[in-house]
Amino acid sequence: MLKTLGAQVKEFKKDSILTPIFMIFEVIMEMIIPLLMASIIDDGVEKGDIRHICVVGAAMVVAALAGLFAGIMGGKCGANASAGFARNLRSSMYEKIQTYSFANIDKFSTAGLITRLTTDVSNLQNAYQMILRMFTRAPASLICAMVMAFSINARLSSIYLVAVIILGVCLALLLTRVNKYFKQVFRRYDDLNASVQENIAGIRVVKAYVREDYENNKFSKASENVYKMFVKAESIISLNAPLMQFTVYSCILGISWLGAKMIVVDSLTTGELMSLLTYCMNILMSLMMVSMIFVMVSMSMASAERISEVLNEEPDLANPEQPMKEVKDGGIVFDHVNFSYKKGSKEQVLKDICLEIHPGETVGIIGGTGSAKSSLVNLISRLYDVTGGSVRVGGRDVREYDMEELRNQVSVVLQKNVLFSGTILENLRWGDKNATKEECMHACRLACADEFIEKMPDGYDTYIEQGGTNVSGGQKQRLCIARALLKKPKILILDDSTSAVDTATDAKIRRAFREEIPNTTKLIIAQRISSVQDADRIIVMDDGKVNGFGTHEELLATNKIYQEVYESQTQGSGDFDENGGEK
Amino acid sequence: MAGMGKRPRGPVQKVENPGKLLARLMKYIGKTYTIHLIVVVICIFASVLANVQGTMFMKSLIDDYITPLLGKADPDFGPLMQAIVRVAGFYLLGVICTFIYNRVMVYVTQGTLKNLRVDLFTHMESLPIKYFDTHAHGDIMSVYTNDIDTLRQMISQSMPQLLSSAITIVSVFISMIILSIPLTIVTLIMIGIMLFVTKKVAGLSGRYFLSQQRELGKVNGYIEEMMEGQKVVKVFCHEEESIDKFHELNQKLYESSNYANRYGNILGPINAQLGNVSYVICAIVGGIFAIYHVAGLTLGGLASFLTFNKSINMPINQVSQQLNSIVMAMAGAERVFKLLDEKPETDEGYVMLVNARKVNGEIQETSEHTGYWAWKHYHKADNTTTYRELQGDVVFNGVDFGYNENKMVLHDIKLYAEPGQKIAFVGSTGAGKTTITNLINRFYDIQDGKIRYDGININKIKKADLRRSLGIVLQDTQLFTATVMDNIRYGKLDATDEEVIAAAKLANADGFIRRLPDGYNTMLTNNGANLSQGQRQLLAIARAAVADPPVLILDEATSSIDTRTEKLVQDGMDSLMKGRTTFVIAHRLSTVRNSDCIMVLENGRIIERGTHDQLIEEKGKYYQLYTGSSGALA
Repeated sequence: MLKTLGAQVKEFKKDSILTPIFMIFEVIMEMIIPLLMASIIDDGVEKGDIRHICVVGAAMVVAALAGLFAGIMGGKCGANASAGFARNLRSSMYEKIQTYSFANIDKFSTAGLITRLTTDVSNLQNAYQMILRMFTRAPASLICAMVMAFSINARLSSIYLVAVIILGVCLALLLTRVNKYFKQVFRRYDDLNASVQENIAGIRVVKAYVREDYENNKFSKASENVYKMFVKAESIISLNAPLMQFTVYSCILGISWLGAKMIVVDSLTTGELMSLLTYCMNILMSLMMVSMIFVMVSMSMASAERISEVLNEEPDLANPEQPMKEVKDGGIVFDHVNFSYKKGSKEQVLKDICLEIHPGETVGIIGGTGSAKSSLVNLISRLYDVTGGSVRVGGRDVREYDMEELRNQVSVVLQKNVLFSGTILENLRWGDKNATKEECMHACRLACADEFIEKMPDGYDTYIEQGGTNVSGGQKQRLCIARALLKKPKILILDDSTSAVDTATDAKIRRAFREEIPNTTKLIIAQRISSVQDADRIIVMDDGKVNGFGTHEELLATNKIYQEVYESQTQGSGDFDENGGEK
Repeated sequence: MAGMGKRPRGPVQKVENPGKLLARLMKYIGKTYTIHLIVVVICIFASVLANVQGTMFMKSLIDDYITPLLGKADPDFGPLMQAIVRVAGFYLLGVICTFIYNRVMVYVTQGTLKNLRVDLFTHMESLPIKYFDTHAHGDIMSVYTNDIDTLRQMISQSMPQLLSSAITIVSVFISMIILSIPLTIVTLIMIGIMLFVTKKVAGLSGRYFLSQQRELGKVNGYIEEMMEGQKVVKVFCHEEESIDKFHELNQKLYESSNYANRYGNILGPINAQLGNVSYVICAIVGGIFAIYHVAGLTLGGLASFLTFNKSINMPINQVSQQLNSIVMAMAGAERVFKLLDEKPETDEGYVMLVNARKVNGEIQETSEHTGYWAWKHYHKADNTTTYRELQGDVVFNGVDFGYNENKMVLHDIKLYAEPGQKIAFVGSTGAGKTTITNLINRFYDIQDGKIRYDGININKIKKADLRRSLGIVLQDTQLFTATVMDNIRYGKLDATDEEVIAAAKLANADGFIRRLPDGYNTMLTNNGANLSQGQRQLLAIARAAVADPPVLILDEATSSIDTRTEKLVQDGMDSLMKGRTTFVIAHRLSTVRNSDCIMVLENGRIIERGTHDQLIEEKGKYYQLYTGSSGALA
C-alpha cells in the first residue's frame, strides 16, 4: 500500500525531503536558545559581564531568525509537497477509473468512488503534510531537548527520562483504549445521523402512519446510547491534561529541589537550572504531540487503504493484442452464452442463451423485473464479458474488436442514463464530436426531441444542469436517444429508454427508426407490449433464459408469458401521462 | 480528532448577532448544567493560579533559597523543603482542579449535544410537510452533523480554553508587572509586533483558503457528476475528454491549495520564533538590569519573568483563535436555533378515533381492539358526546388549494367517494393528482372549500387520528434501516409475525422476501438500496396492508412493478379493500380501469368523471388518451 502511494509523490520528491530537513533545523535553532540563555545568566549576569550578554544575546537573535527562516521554508515546501501529492493522487485515480470496466465500477459503486476521490484524498493530503512537518518536528524536538538537557547535567536529566517513559506508557495506554472506543462511537454516531437522514427523507411516511412518537422514542434511546459512549471515551481523554500537568509539575519540583542542592555544592549553575526547566516543557509537550500525531495518522490509514485499492484495481476488460478495427455489419449471434456478475459464482444470470439477430432487424425484448434483459444486451457492446460461450457481432467475437470501435458501432442507451452539465448541443456531441448543428437537429428529429428543444428559450444552446434536473424524465430520455443516434451506429440498443415518453411519441420514434435508419439493427427493451409489438421479432426473457422468440402473432399464439403480459395490458395498454410535462 | 475527514464547507457566513446567540446558547446549557458550569469556572481559575504561583516560586527559589546558601559550609535545606512542599500542595490542587473541570466538561458538552439532538429531532418531527418541501434535505441534515460538530468544538474546547487563556493572560500580566515594569513594556511591544504580523499573514492565508475551498468545490462537483455518469462515459468512449477537463481543474486546485497551506503553515513558525526573539530581548535587557539591579530586578526575578514571557505568547495567540472559532460556531448555533424556532404543525382537531363496539344498534366506546372504529365527537355547546361509525365516506366541496397563496394548483374540486368505492385520478404530470390525496390526510391545509370525512369537517379531526384512519402508499417508497419484518410492521407496531407475513403474501412480496439471504430478518439499509424499485414498492404495499386501514390511498404505488405482478397485487388489494374506500393514482390504464369512478385532472381541475365505459362513450380527454395510445399500436 505504502509503495503504491509513495509512487504518487513523483515530482514533489525534492520538497518532500527538504521539508523534514528544514523542520529539524528549526528545532535545533530553537533548542540552542535555552542553552545560550544559561550562558547569559552564568557568565553574563552573575559575573556582571555586559559584553558577554550582548554577544550571546546577538547569537540568540541570530538563532531565532535562522529558526524563523527554516520554519517558513519548511512550511512552504510542506505545503507544496502535500498539495502536489494530493493532485497526483487525484489525477492517477481519475485516470485509472477511466480504464475501469462496468464490473470494476460496480465493485466500488459510484458513491464509493466519489468518497475516495474527495474526502479520502483530502484526509491523505492532511496526513501527508502532518507526517512531513509535525511527525519529524515533534520527535526531533523531543530528542534535541533531551540531548541538550543531558549535556548540561546528565544526573538531573535522568528525571526527564523517567518522566518520558512513565508519561509515554500512560499516553499509549490511554490512546489505545480511546481508539477502540472512538471507533465504536463514530460508527454509532454515523448510524444516528443516518436515522435522521432517513426521517427527513421519509417524513411523509412517518406522518402518514403517525409514527412521530415512535421515531422520537427510537431516536432518544439511540442518542442516549451515543451520549453514554461518548462520555466513556471522552472521560478517558479528559485524563490527558491532568496527567500531563502532574508530570510537568513533578519534574519542575524534582529539578528545583535537586538542582538547588547541586547549585549549593557548586556542581550546577543557576543558568543551567533555568535552561533545564525550559527544556522540561519542550520534552513533555513534544511527547504529547507525538502521541496525538500518531492517532491522527493512524486514522487516515483507512483512507490510504481505500485509495490504494482504486489504484491497484486491475480493469477486467482489455483490448485484444491485434484488435479488429472494423465492424462488418449489425448481425448479432449469441452462442450458448452463460453470464454471471461475480466471477466463479454458481448463480448464472444468463443461462445458455442462443440467438441470431440479422442486420437491420428490429427486435423487441420483454420480460419481468430481474429477468436479465439488461444483462443480455450489455454483453453486445462488451460492457461485461461472458462467462461461457460467445457473443458475435458482424460475424466476429466481440472480444476480438477494439473496444472503442465496437462501442461506436454498438450504441447503447442505458437504462440509468445521464446528461452532463453543458448545453444541449454539447451533450449531443458526445455521440459525435464533429457533428454539425444540422446533424444534431436531424438526430433530435428522429428521437422526437426537436419539438420541445425548439420551444425552449435558448433552443439547442439551452444549458442542462448537472444531472439534467431542468428537463423532465421523458425529455431526458429523448435527448439520450438522440445522442446515441449521432454515433450512426450499426446496432442501436434502447434499454427501457422510452419508459417516461408517452405512448404516442414512443410510436412516432419507432416509426422514424423504421423509415430513416432501416439498416441499423435495433434492439428495444420495454415494459409495454405496445413498444415491441410492431418489431420484426420479439424475445421473451424469463429468469435468465429465452422463453420465446418470434413475431407478435406467433408469441401470442404459443407463448404463455407473452399472453399473460399482453392480457394484463390489452384494450388500451397505454399510459396516461409522463408525456414530459410539456402540456 | 473527529475534525478529520470532514467535507469542505463553503465560505463562512457572517452572523447577525453573535452575542445574543451566545447568551441563548449559554442559557440552554445552563438549563441543565448551571452547577456544573460554576464548578468548571472555579476549577479553571484555581488551575491557572496554581500554575502561576509555581512560576513565581522560581524567583524565591533562586533569590531566597539558593543564593543565601551559596558558599555556606553547612547549608540548611529545611526551609527549601518546606517551600517545595507548599508549592507541591498548590500544584496538586491545580492538577485536581484540571482533572475536575476536564471531566465535568465532558458531561456538559456531551449532555448538551444530546439534549440538542433530541430537541432538534423531536421538533423536526412536529414540523409541517411544507417545511420539508421548502428546505433542502442536505441543509437540514447539516444542522445535525456540521453545526452540532462546530458546537461540540466550541463547548468542549473553545470556551474553556478562552476562559483559561484570559485568566492566564491577566494573572501573568499582573505577575510580570510585579516583577519588572520595564521588561513588561518590552514584552508588550513584542506582542504588538507579533499580533500585527500574525494578522497580516492570517489575512493572506484566509484569502487563499477561500479560493482553495472554491476550487475544491469545483473539483468535487466535477468528480460527482462524472462518477455518476461514468458508465455513460464508457459507452461513449469519452474517457480522454473527461481526463483533460479534470486535469485542468485539478491543477487549479493544486495551486490554490499550495498557497493556502503555505501561509497557514508559516503562521506557526512566525509566532514561535517571534516569541523567541521577544524572549531573547527580555533576557538581554533583563540581564543588564539584573547586573545593575535596575528597578529591583533580581536574578530569580529574571528567571521567573522569562518563564512568564514564554507562557504569555501561547494564550494570546489562542484568545484570537478561540474568539474566531466561537464566532464561527455561532453561525452553527444560529441554524440550530432557527430549526428549533420553526413553527410546528398546528392541530386544533378534537374529534377522536376510538375503538368501538355496536351494542343494540348503539355505538359504545371500548378500550380493546375490536376492528370496529368510531369517531368520538364532543360538542362543546351542549356538553354532549356523540359517536359516529368510521365508514370512509369522503367529500370534497369546492376545494381550492395552492402551495403558496398566490399560485393555486387546485381549483374548485368537487368529489364524492362513498364507502367501498374505488376512485381513480388520472392526468398528466403536474395536474394535481398527488396534491388532492395530500389534502385528505392534511399534509397541507386547503385555502377554500370543505373536505368532509364521514360527514365531519376534517379540520375538526385530530390529525393523528385522521392519518391513522388512512393507509397511504406513496410515490417514492421510503424504507427504514431495520429488518424487512420491521419495515412492514411499521404499518402496525403490534402486528404479529404471522400478520406481517400474511400482509406480505397479499402484496405478493412473500416470494422475493423468502429468497433474500435472511428472509424476513434481512436487514435493509440505505433505503433498501439492495432491492429493486419494484420490490420496494411491494414492501410499501405490504406495510399499508398490515395497517389494515378503512381508507387506502395508492399514489403510483405499482408504477415500477411489471404488469403481470401488478395484476396479482391488485387482486390481493381488491380483496383486502372490499367494502372500503380506495383512492388510486396511476398512469397505467390497467391500474385504473376497474375503478368505480375515474377523475381526469388537467391543470388542477377535474375535467371529466365517470366509469371507464362512460368516459369512453363521452369521447373526451380520457377517450383521447386511451385511443391515442392504443391507436399508436397499429
